[in-house]
Amino acid sequence: MRKGWFGRQNAAQKVVLEEMNDAWVKCNGCQQILFARDFERNLKVCPRCGHHHRLSARERIALLADPDTFVERDAEIVSDDPLGFPEYADKLQKGRSNSGLPEAIVSGTCTLSGIPIVLAVMDFAFMGGSMGSAVGEKVARAMEHALEQRLPIVICSTSGGARMQEGLLSLMQMAKTCAAAARLHEAAVPYVSVLTDPTMAGVLASYASVGDVVIAEPGALVGFAGQRVAQQAQVVKPPPNFQTAEFQLEHGMVDLIVPRKELKYTLHKVLRFFVGG
Amino acid sequence: MRTVLDFEKPIAELDANIEALKRLTAEQGIDKSEEIAALERDRERLLREIFRNLTPWDRTLLARHPQRPYTLDYIRAIFDDFVELHGDRQFGDDGAIVGGMAWLEEKPVMVIGQQKGRDLKERQKRNFGMAKPEGYRKALRLMQLAEKFGRPVVTFVDTPAADPGVESEGRGISEAIARNLREMILLKVPIVSVIIGEGGSGGALGIAVADRVLMQEYAIYSVIPPEGCAAIIWRDPKRAPEAAEALKLTAHDALRFGVVDEVIEEPLGGAHRDPLRAAHIVKEALLRHLPPLQKLSVSKLRESRYERYRRLGMWRLAIE
Repeated sequence: MRKGWFGRQNAAQKVVLEEMNDAWVKCNGCQQILFARDFERNLKVCPRCGHHHRLSARERIALLADPDTFVERDAEIVSDDPLGFPEYADKLQKGRSNSGLPEAIVSGTCTLSGIPIVLAVMDFAFMGGSMGSAVGEKVARAMEHALEQRLPIVICSTSGGARMQEGLLSLMQMAKTCAAAARLHEAAVPYVSVLTDPTMAGVLASYASVGDVVIAEPGALVGFAGQRVAQQAQVVKPPPNFQTAEFQLEHGMVDLIVPRKELKYTLHKVLRFFVGG
Repeated sequence: MRTVLDFEKPIAELDANIEALKRLTAEQGIDKSEEIAALERDRERLLREIFRNLTPWDRTLLARHPQRPYTLDYIRAIFDDFVELHGDRQFGDDGAIVGGMAWLEEKPVMVIGQQKGRDLKERQKRNFGMAKPEGYRKALRLMQLAEKFGRPVVTFVDTPAADPGVESEGRGISEAIARNLREMILLKVPIVSVIIGEGGSGGALGIAVADRVLMQEYAIYSVIPPEGCAAIIWRDPKRAPEAAEALKLTAHDALRFGVVDEVIEEPLGGAHRDPLRAAHIVKEALLRHLPPLQKLSVSKLRESRYERYRRLGMWRLAIE
């Protein structure tokens, strides 16, 4: 992760070239070179083309939670290797170092523009945000906490789908998270699902799709089959925007697409409809 | 054309020999009954030996065996007076999921399942058992119809995956599956699911959230097909047999993980060698599992279904 120009310690001791590297970023959308400080200030959205780059879980929590209100829960729940799956232990280790997180989701409570909520945010840097038993457990617990406290819950997803390395147990997390969502549904506890780049397969086909309101970020990849499978399987030629947030909106699968800058404000309006008045 | 899997070949050879001897007896009146009996004993011994040592990949091939009984074969053999009901009332009717009213030993049940095709034409009609959003929505409609009239639900699971096509994506395949997962948890009548062939990921789970999940001995249940898994880890789909091993997709693995409640025995050599016997064993299991569930109150039923799924998974607590 890049640090801001002024955020560096001992900057004077660093080689000038390194500072240059840290000062500039290349947009994944338009390939333009951007001033890193502007990019960060613009919430990692390209000021030129509007491409929404991925946020880490911590960055998104900082975006949505009111300052100093986020209290993490269930941080000690982490993945095991129940199948003894090839290379899984290494991948978990790599996921931890890539993301700086113990697991692919961070959950807790906070206030959002003054409204107390449960907030859970996935992180793509941890094994592609894949859902294994630990992620499923943390989602279910977050939902159960929302139910017990009668707090609205917001879940921001970014995930390639179920985590292959835990086999059937990962698949069962789809049912487990939807079971918890079913209780929220029956008790009329508001659940807002935010789909960010990418939200795919086993996560989209479970809790991410059963929110009372489903919001997506512009340009996010949102779909069922992985790109490779989808390409092989197509009889009908996919449209250019296939499996994007815009495609899903056009087909009635998401309620609205909200630019990152307006996400907190929109969430506040949505939550207020449910709990205010 | 009968399909013979590689590991079934020695049995097929013995079958051919037995057949030849029988023909000799019939056509020329030569009594070969002793030799036939000896060969049949060999055949049974060989079958037992081969099926005792099946690899997970062998089981994957058996689960996909083109002669394996499909949902409609089980419906015909197990239930009476099946009335098939079509359509999701929103878009269309999906040939990959069949369902309708039926009677199980004088008791009315709603029966639903994924259906594969036997020949090219039927395979296309059934989309190789890959259901589209309208299939999952039809299934849910029938489950909720059963709920309205207090009838239990039986589902048969046999699919490589949900349909990954552009049109299914456009009609919300993910939403359809997700909604089923949520609504099946809330259903007020008992649900028993039987994995009879391929339990292919979310496509299978979309009709398999149940109070009891039973799985036939040579069925598989997996988060991803072994070929896809091998392509991801080793960039080589040909290493599928190794992936099948790693994925722990057999019935006994599923039982060990608590994902299924019972492994249903199959006739020696697999369900395709004696479909009627296979159906009889499944029927016996349904008759054992349904009545106790029907005695439970709605709240108890739903509470234990919730708990069944809530406890699934294996994670650990990090040491600080």
